[in-house]
Amino acid sequence: MGDMNVVKVEAYRNSFLKEVEANVEGGQWVKMCMQCGVCSGSCPLGSAWDHPPQELFMMIRAGKREEVLTSSSMWMCTSCYNCIVRCPRDLPITHIMHGLAHYAERLGLAPKNQPTRKFAKLFWNNLVKKGRVNELKLGVALYFMNGLVEGIKTALKMAPLGLNMLKTKRMNPLEYVGGHGIKDAAGLQAILKKARAIELAKAKKA
Amino acid sequence: MADVKIGAYICKGCGIGERLDAKQMMQVASRDAKAHLVREHEFLCNAEGVQMIKNDIANEGVNRVAICACSRRSKTDAFNFEGVAITRGNIREGVIWVRPNTEEARETTQEMAEDYVRMAVIEAKFMTPPSKNTEAKYDRTILVVGGGVSGMTSAIEAAKAGYPVHIVEKASALGGNAANFLRRVPQKSPYANPEDSGVAGLIKAIQADSKIKVHLNSTITRTSGAPGRFAVDITTESGATATEHFGAIVQATGFHDYDANKLPELGYGKSPNVVTQLELEKMAKAANGAVLKTKDGKEIKSVVFVQCAGQRSSKEGHLPYCSGHCCSTSIKQAMYFKDQNPTIDTNVIYSDLRTPGTGGEEFYRSGQRKGVTFTKGVVSEVVNGSDGLDVKFKDLILNQDVVEKADLVVLATGMIANSGVNIDEVKQDEPGEWKSSPESVLNLSYRQGKDIPLLKHGFNDSHFICFPYETRRTGIYTTGPVRRPMDLLQAQEDATGAALKAIQSIESAAQGLAVHPRVGDLSFPSFRREGCTQCKRCTVECPFGAIDEDEQRFPVFNESRCRRCGTCMGACPVRVISFENYSVDTVGQQLKNINIPEEFEEKPRILVLACENDAYPALDMAAMRKIEYSAWARIIPVRCLGSVNLIWLTDALNSGYDGVVMMGCQKGENYQCHFVKGSEIAQVRMSKVDDTLKTLNLEVERVATYEVAITDIERAPRLINDMAEAVKKVGLSPFKF
Repeated sequence: MGDMNVVKVEAYRNSFLKEVEANVEGGQWVKMCMQCGVCSGSCPLGSAWDHPPQELFMMIRAGKREEVLTSSSMWMCTSCYNCIVRCPRDLPITHIMHGLAHYAERLGLAPKNQPTRKFAKLFWNNLVKKGRVNELKLGVALYFMNGLVEGIKTALKMAPLGLNMLKTKRMNPLEYVGGHGIKDAAGLQAILKKARAIELAKAKKA
Repeated sequence: MADVKIGAYICKGCGIGERLDAKQMMQVASRDAKAHLVREHEFLCNAEGVQMIKNDIANEGVNRVAICACSRRSKTDAFNFEGVAITRGNIREGVIWVRPNTEEARETTQEMAEDYVRMAVIEAKFMTPPSKNTEAKYDRTILVVGGGVSGMTSAIEAAKAGYPVHIVEKASALGGNAANFLRRVPQKSPYANPEDSGVAGLIKAIQADSKIKVHLNSTITRTSGAPGRFAVDITTESGATATEHFGAIVQATGFHDYDANKLPELGYGKSPNVVTQLELEKMAKAANGAVLKTKDGKEIKSVVFVQCAGQRSSKEGHLPYCSGHCCSTSIKQAMYFKDQNPTIDTNVIYSDLRTPGTGGEEFYRSGQRKGVTFTKGVVSEVVNGSDGLDVKFKDLILNQDVVEKADLVVLATGMIANSGVNIDEVKQDEPGEWKSSPESVLNLSYRQGKDIPLLKHGFNDSHFICFPYETRRTGIYTTGPVRRPMDLLQAQEDATGAALKAIQSIESAAQGLAVHPRVGDLSFPSFRREGCTQCKRCTVECPFGAIDEDEQRFPVFNESRCRRCGTCMGACPVRVISFENYSVDTVGQQLKNINIPEEFEEKPRILVLACENDAYPALDMAAMRKIEYSAWARIIPVRCLGSVNLIWLTDALNSGYDGVVMMGCQKGENYQCHFVKGSEIAQVRMSKVDDTLKTLNLEVERVATYEVAITDIERAPRLINDMAEAVKKVGLSPFKF
């Protein structure tokens, strides 16, 4: 059996499972999956995933650390919660997917050009600045997410819609310059910084 | 028996009075059928109507009661009179409910009803009220063969109910396979951890019970007799034989492990560290809590369990069935390791994980919680690797070939029943030359062979779903894994059931009553020795091996072993076998005495012989739903299609019937026949009917045999109508007079 598919001998050991249990939100549930596949069948985007949830769980149990953490699959989750509702073993699958994505990101293993990952980062950076999402900025940032040329093309395409929104006063162009926020944005940032510190400390301990 | 005095009673309730001419039916009963006393009643099953019949029995000397009212399946409590023969003319479900209430149909409906009245009276004439079975004996002791968990449970339960028990055990100690278990799969909530096997407790209970006698190191060298009077030779290892008498027998001979040497691809025999579940159990029991080590003294750090090893497989030499307990057993055994040291890696490789029973799923979850890895996959090979064993398998979820290292590999091999000899393959001893066989469990002196017939895959059983516990030897009940693969909990429940069946059989035999399925039937077959040609068909075909042969090859009936199906009666070419209340005449005379209209009247007659267990109730239910069928049909219920004697067919065709429909139960592997083989035997006999038809110069379409289930409520009437259509096509029978 000399083919590429053959996994190294340390496969099917509990080591990676234990790592996931310690570091991933809901990770202690992974071992409870009974491989019925209802989650995979219920996922509206399932066919677009490289590895549906059930398969990810088996990969964790089979010790495929690299493949799991660099996978784009868990980034595909839209939090529709169909899988959680249907899982006969009550696994918080949606949470585990986000937990895995989060852990991969923390380790720097997450796929760099995964679009939902990029969107998540844009959204987050936009949000923490003033404590409110600046929709105009977020929208424009999304146009330019994949480079300048594509950004201009998309902006031109969307221009008539923007003008109509201006006319009907559905959009304020001044928002782009300042934009409204919460009363104490600095306070929020302090809270988030502290939360991050706690999280990292916890991860280090584990 | 005193003179025959037939009372015929015609009910006018349930709309019968409005639809049918009762006066006319009374005339038919008295003039045509010669009933001695005929009465009508507005509502026969009410207290007054029943009292009327009782008065006639008491005061008028009526000893045959023909009730022309509803189906024989209705109002059985009301129409239940001791000491007389009862017949039923089905003019409600059989006539008015299956015919339209129209002016055109009135005449044919009336004819139908009159025929059923005739049939009921004639049947009564040829019946005798069953007399007592002189063979009835009452021995209350139960023999339990096998001292494993099933056998011990049966013994304890029977003793608790007040019946003395003997246990015969081949080994030198009680306990069977389970005696080797370190622990068992939990039977109590929360179903999380393996628990004490319970074997020691059972042995203690048996030792403390004065009602239970144990014969260790003993086997059975001969079993003869019948329920209520079994005589059993119990022989010890040293050869000393004692004959004991029993009322019923529970066979709890259990199972043995599949021979894993047939699985060299899984490394068995090539490495000492590939073991079966039973062997691991022994290892664990011997270690008794100490750290488990491989044969070469290494501490075990990783274990792979291979599920379905040599079972659930169509490969030559493998077992085709699932043994039911092995998934739970592997979980339990993985816990032996995990509970001792959670860092030991345990991987259960399964293709379908099944943990039957109440706590099964909980136990599976508990295994997962403890960190046992479950992998859906198929193991192709286990080989000696550089460091321990290499388990090669295909992961079916990840669709990849994998090699996993393991210190120990456990094979989940299957159960094989200890069912003795296969009587279908072993030659039978001729009468007078019977010899004991060391391979046999029971060493029955029965004509059909020394052990109980097998159903499937070497297990002794009857129909799994419809008739659990039943075997094809009356008064002998199999229980535990000899009946079908099962786990300890199931075996214990099963054993309790078998004890109850054995008790029921003893009490029934004492009163001369039949057991399942004609529970309580007092009649039994008798035969006219002068007429017998010693053809042996009855002894061969009896589905229950109830008939032996004497040295002159005459049949010897054992009433208590008989289930009253009448298959012997159907088999007998010279028609010398009959029951008091069911004989060649009770049916034959019915069909001969109905009114066959002249050819020019263009009214065909179709005889329907319907199994009383399935087809007849299906037709009754069709009637309740008012599903109509042809007015040409005359339906006679039979105990089993196996009891149909070919003479009925020839008589029917000779007397001018235009078609005959026979309805029996499903035969073959998933049979539904209450008498196991009855419908099958009937089908074999009927397959030769075409020749008979040809010699009579009749069309083969005139006789049809069907398998009808109790649920065939719409199909059964349709089959009758189909025959009516077929008769229309081929024309009326040329045999009308």
